Amino acid sequence: MEKQVKKDRSMLKEKDILAGYYHDLGHAKEENKKVVYTFVPGNMTELIRVFDAIPVYPEILALQSGMRRISDGKIRVAEEAGHSEDVCTYVKCHVGMILQENIGPTGMKLPDPDLLLCAYSGCFTFMKWFEILKKMFDCPIVMVHVPYQADGEITDGMRKYVTDQLKAEYIPVMEKLTGKKYDQDKMEKMMELSSSAEDDLVEVLQSAKNKPSPIDAFFGGVYYIGPIFNGFRGTVQCCDYYKLLKHEVNERIAKKLGPIGPEGEMKEKLRIVVEGAQPWVRFRDNWKVFYDEDVVCVGATYTKVGGFYEWGYRHDPKRPLDSMADYCMWCMPNMNLPQRVDLIEDYMRKFDADGFIVASIKSCNSYSAGQLAMLKEVEKRTGITGGFIEYDIVDSRYYSLANIKVRLESYFQMLNEKKREGRMN
Amino acid sequence: MEKKMKVVDIIKRCREVYEDIEFNYVRKWIDERSGAKAIGYLPIYMPREIVYAAGMLPVGIMGAGDMLEIIKGDSYYQSYICHIPRSSVEMALDGKLDCLSGMVFPSICDVVRNLSGVWKLLFPENEKYSWYLDLPQNFDPNIGGKFYQVVLKEFISDLETLSGKTIEVNDLNHSISLYNQNRRYFRELCKIRAEKPWLVPLGEYYLLNRAGSVMDVEEHNELLSDYIGGIKSLKRKPLDNIRVVLLGCFCEQPPLGLVKTIEMAGCYVVWDDFVIGNRFIESDIDASTDDPIKAISDGFLFGSTFSSSKYEINELGINKPKSELLVEIIRNVGVDGVILTGPSFCDPILLDHPGYMDAFDKENIPYITFQYSEDMAQYQVIDEEVGTFSDSIRLWR
Amino acid sequence: MTYTMGIDLGSTTSKAVIIDDKEQIVGEGLTNTRSNYLIAVKVAEEDARLDTKLSMMRSAIEDSAPLKRVNDGLFESLLYSFRYRYYSMKIEKLKEYCLETLNQDIYAGKRGNMQAVLDEVFKKIDEQSEAIVQDTLYDKSRFFRDITGSIYMQSVEKIYKDFNVSFDDLVSIYDKAIIRSENEITPLSLSDGIDIGIREQKEMGTLDDNQVKLIREIMEEINKEVVIDSKVGTGYGRQLLPFPKDNIYSEILCHGLGSHHFFPDTRTVLDIGGQDTKAIQVDESGMVTSFNMNDRCAAGSGRFLGYIADQLSIGVQELADLAARAKKVIKISSTCTVFAGAELRSKLSLGERREDLVLSLETAMAKRAMSLIARSGGVSNEFTFSGGVAKNQSMVSIFDNLVKQHYGDIKMNVSPDSIYAGALGAALFAKRRG
Repeated sequence: MEKQVKKDRSMLKEKDILAGYYHDLGHAKEENKKVVYTFVPGNMTELIRVFDAIPVYPEILALQSGMRRISDGKIRVAEEAGHSEDVCTYVKCHVGMILQENIGPTGMKLPDPDLLLCAYSGCFTFMKWFEILKKMFDCPIVMVHVPYQADGEITDGMRKYVTDQLKAEYIPVMEKLTGKKYDQDKMEKMMELSSSAEDDLVEVLQSAKNKPSPIDAFFGGVYYIGPIFNGFRGTVQCCDYYKLLKHEVNERIAKKLGPIGPEGEMKEKLRIVVEGAQPWVRFRDNWKVFYDEDVVCVGATYTKVGGFYEWGYRHDPKRPLDSMADYCMWCMPNMNLPQRVDLIEDYMRKFDADGFIVASIKSCNSYSAGQLAMLKEVEKRTGITGGFIEYDIVDSRYYSLANIKVRLESYFQMLNEKKREGRMN
Repeated sequence: MEKKMKVVDIIKRCREVYEDIEFNYVRKWIDERSGAKAIGYLPIYMPREIVYAAGMLPVGIMGAGDMLEIIKGDSYYQSYICHIPRSSVEMALDGKLDCLSGMVFPSICDVVRNLSGVWKLLFPENEKYSWYLDLPQNFDPNIGGKFYQVVLKEFISDLETLSGKTIEVNDLNHSISLYNQNRRYFRELCKIRAEKPWLVPLGEYYLLNRAGSVMDVEEHNELLSDYIGGIKSLKRKPLDNIRVVLLGCFCEQPPLGLVKTIEMAGCYVVWDDFVIGNRFIESDIDASTDDPIKAISDGFLFGSTFSSSKYEINELGINKPKSELLVEIIRNVGVDGVILTGPSFCDPILLDHPGYMDAFDKENIPYITFQYSEDMAQYQVIDEEVGTFSDSIRLWR
Repeated sequence: MTYTMGIDLGSTTSKAVIIDDKEQIVGEGLTNTRSNYLIAVKVAEEDARLDTKLSMMRSAIEDSAPLKRVNDGLFESLLYSFRYRYYSMKIEKLKEYCLETLNQDIYAGKRGNMQAVLDEVFKKIDEQSEAIVQDTLYDKSRFFRDITGSIYMQSVEKIYKDFNVSFDDLVSIYDKAIIRSENEITPLSLSDGIDIGIREQKEMGTLDDNQVKLIREIMEEINKEVVIDSKVGTGYGRQLLPFPKDNIYSEILCHGLGSHHFFPDTRTVLDIGGQDTKAIQVDESGMVTSFNMNDRCAAGSGRFLGYIADQLSIGVQELADLAARAKKVIKISSTCTVFAGAELRSKLSLGERREDLVLSLETAMAKRAMSLIARSGGVSNEFTFSGGVAKNQSMVSIFDNLVKQHYGDIKMNVSPDSIYAGALGAALFAKRRG
């Protein structure tokens, strides 16, 4: 039986925001609000909301289905329709959902898209996903190809390519679809709010420097990124949420409190950085393996998937489209491997981590291919051994709690023994 | 008059190059041209014209097939990732790719994209050149085209630094015309195969393709020309095979044994995508302009074939859904069925399979599917599947 | 003298090791009890305590001048008496359980004939008791279930038709009975068992009254001695152990430390068990610095060899001999146990030799383990190979070659005691961490 844990005000606020979102979505057709299906990495929320349209993120639909443990059935439906066992399970979960009358994870029927916005950033499978959706929905599609930061930098040519596509393709299509003109002023105002929320989010993430850390950056972090990655960046509610969250985190720092876990305040015996995504379909079970061993995640690369702000990037109201292009290119899956390694190393040093874990996702090549090389490199640079676990995002066939426990418990014990020897020396 | 090579010798030569995972051909090419360099590239499409114009040999790294035991490579990749990055890393760590001064990674999928990053971690920038070719998925010449030209200009500038020589317009045009010729020969060969597949056994066709990704284009042009001339005089007889399209071999290549097995099991492959990079551009690129970079870009935007790595929807009407294009080919070439394949764990092709299968079902085109990996040594199951497919179609024809 | 104990609850066997305060092993216990982990702990622990007492007894006898005079085989003959009594008690109980099972209603009507078969079978078992006890005097790895099961099945097979009974019924009776037998502690203390031996020897005149007195004094001392200060548990079933959390250790750490204790210069350990494969790197103090496991795929574990043996209708222990007669290695491309089986059958039908195929499949398995080791950091000198698969001599040679090929001149260690590495490591943690 789950202990009744008192929820922070920010968690309650987030719940409200989410409830409001589904309410709006449910009434979109009546209120003549256009529905745009798009992705979390490269999610151009401001550019969608500036037209009063509502963004829908199929990845989030799949993820929430996983957390509610209803994803396996949908994946099965997609596989029966011909999809391979080996491809991205987010895609299969979503396709299965559509084949089952597009009923979303909350049980509400989702509105069909008025536009498919294929912001092709950081994941090749996104392109294939929307090619498939185009066959299933009769609506326009816009491709915004976001170049990869192959050399760890953003050039003018890359930026121009994105803004050219926005100006020549996306904006005209949305103007036609919604009957509204692109409002630069409104856009700039939204960007100011985005930038402010980003400042607050970064402060929250950097609070992990404290000992004990007031946040868990991997499990708890999933809640912290909710409003900003799920369609509310650029809104007042989002700003309010991050101000509240920051305030709560600062309170915890002052009282030297750790983060709140599912069973109350987490104790901190080990500080770990995690590179990898979540097994949504076993989210709580997986977290328990960590907090049972008093392990707090001080840094996580996953929570940068929908936007990376810790190295200085902000949405810039003075150059909305340009900074939107930069935003897309700065999403973590669009960073090259050396950058991703730098990020893990950065977290480990900044947050004084005892170790790091690479969590590999079976069906996600964008994240997983090359992780073992990254693991070796981080070990080389930090002199700290990394742990390695494997599972899937929303397909429970690939989650084996017994195996995960053996690997993680062994890894944590190994680190604890090292610490003990260190103290004795 | 130069003596033409005999078909049997041509194939022997091609097979030597295919089996040579020490890349002795490349080493010899470099030795014969003091100061010359070679640049490796991963599948699917790379504008080889540019590398050749820089006086360098473009070398296709299509995996090590079933010719290399993978131990180190496996420690870099989990079991649910395809095979080509493992064999590439293994070859690199074994020193087999030492003869290359750099590697090009075209944007074909997340695995190869990330492999470019693994390369950077293994071989820091100052030691080896590596470059990710971000092919545009926007086919508007004023948007995607402009971007692509910027990308190509950066590539040229890098190659000029590497080679120590400026690449002139003439160099590029000359190189384009050579590759145009190569592609023309391939088109001719494919036409012969579509009409009289018994003249071009699949194994030979495959080896010509594989060799073409490694050999100097001038040498390969001669080989192709001699081969096309040579087969016309051979008394090869038709067999009672069915005519099929084989789709899915565009990146990690099947081993030669598997390729031969497909034909021996009763199928003439009359359309395929083996090493499709060789033939990606389907018509001549204009080799007479004063802006060859634009010509290469236009060639890609307007004249390239379809692939699982290329966005198939285009409101400009340039691109059509792949399944539609394939059905058109099937109708034009006259085909009994389709073998829909792909390497295990290959996201691009596996995500396309359902769309293709739906189209085939709608058009009543028979098909089978299976997956392979480059290091397969056992083909019995596929042999039976393909054989049964062939038999069932022949019986009901 | 203080003692600590480590318990390793594995998936196939459970082990217990007792060490003294000089970190020397004084007793090892081994059982194949699986059905109930708590019982397995008790049985393994009992076995280790017994082992400890036996080794103390042996030292005491050897240190005693009057006893040493008797004959060199005094300890052995007393041990034999104990073991024989112990084994006989177990056989008696086994028969009792068989007969109790036979009393169930489902066997009504067939009981008479089945009883007759059982009588014959147990007669055969009894006949072989002396030889078996002598053979297994120092060999723990042949479990009671395997020994009796083998005789039981062979005997039943010879005669069941003559008695017009069902083979399956008799197998079923054995299966039920053996579980009960495995799940109990045989109530024979070492002292009582030795005492029977002492009395027999006195009757035969090989021991005089003084010597009898000395031995009984030794036994009384030993019975007081073995007090376990603390225990640490590890292995698959460790969560079920009634130990505090701080006394439960990961099997990776225990195995690393234990292997290092056996071979202090070891830096890389490869353990291939029935269900998983572990590659472990340790430092000069035996602490684990890195590890990797294959625990989700049979193709990398001992199960693979079991499957191959099944396909060839032979026992796993016969694989090494077959492989030794191979003339070449054939490339195996299947990475999956099930497909490897299909590939094996297909190649056999194409005329390839069993010997060559076994060597090839073993090589394919070894190469997968090599990838795992590469991921954990490669092989550093010295390399210790342990686990059930390490008993296969051809696997040992294959690894020796592969390690030298990829990592140079590395010394390889293989020990029959490696099965105790996990429990030993646990015992060492118990001592060092209190």
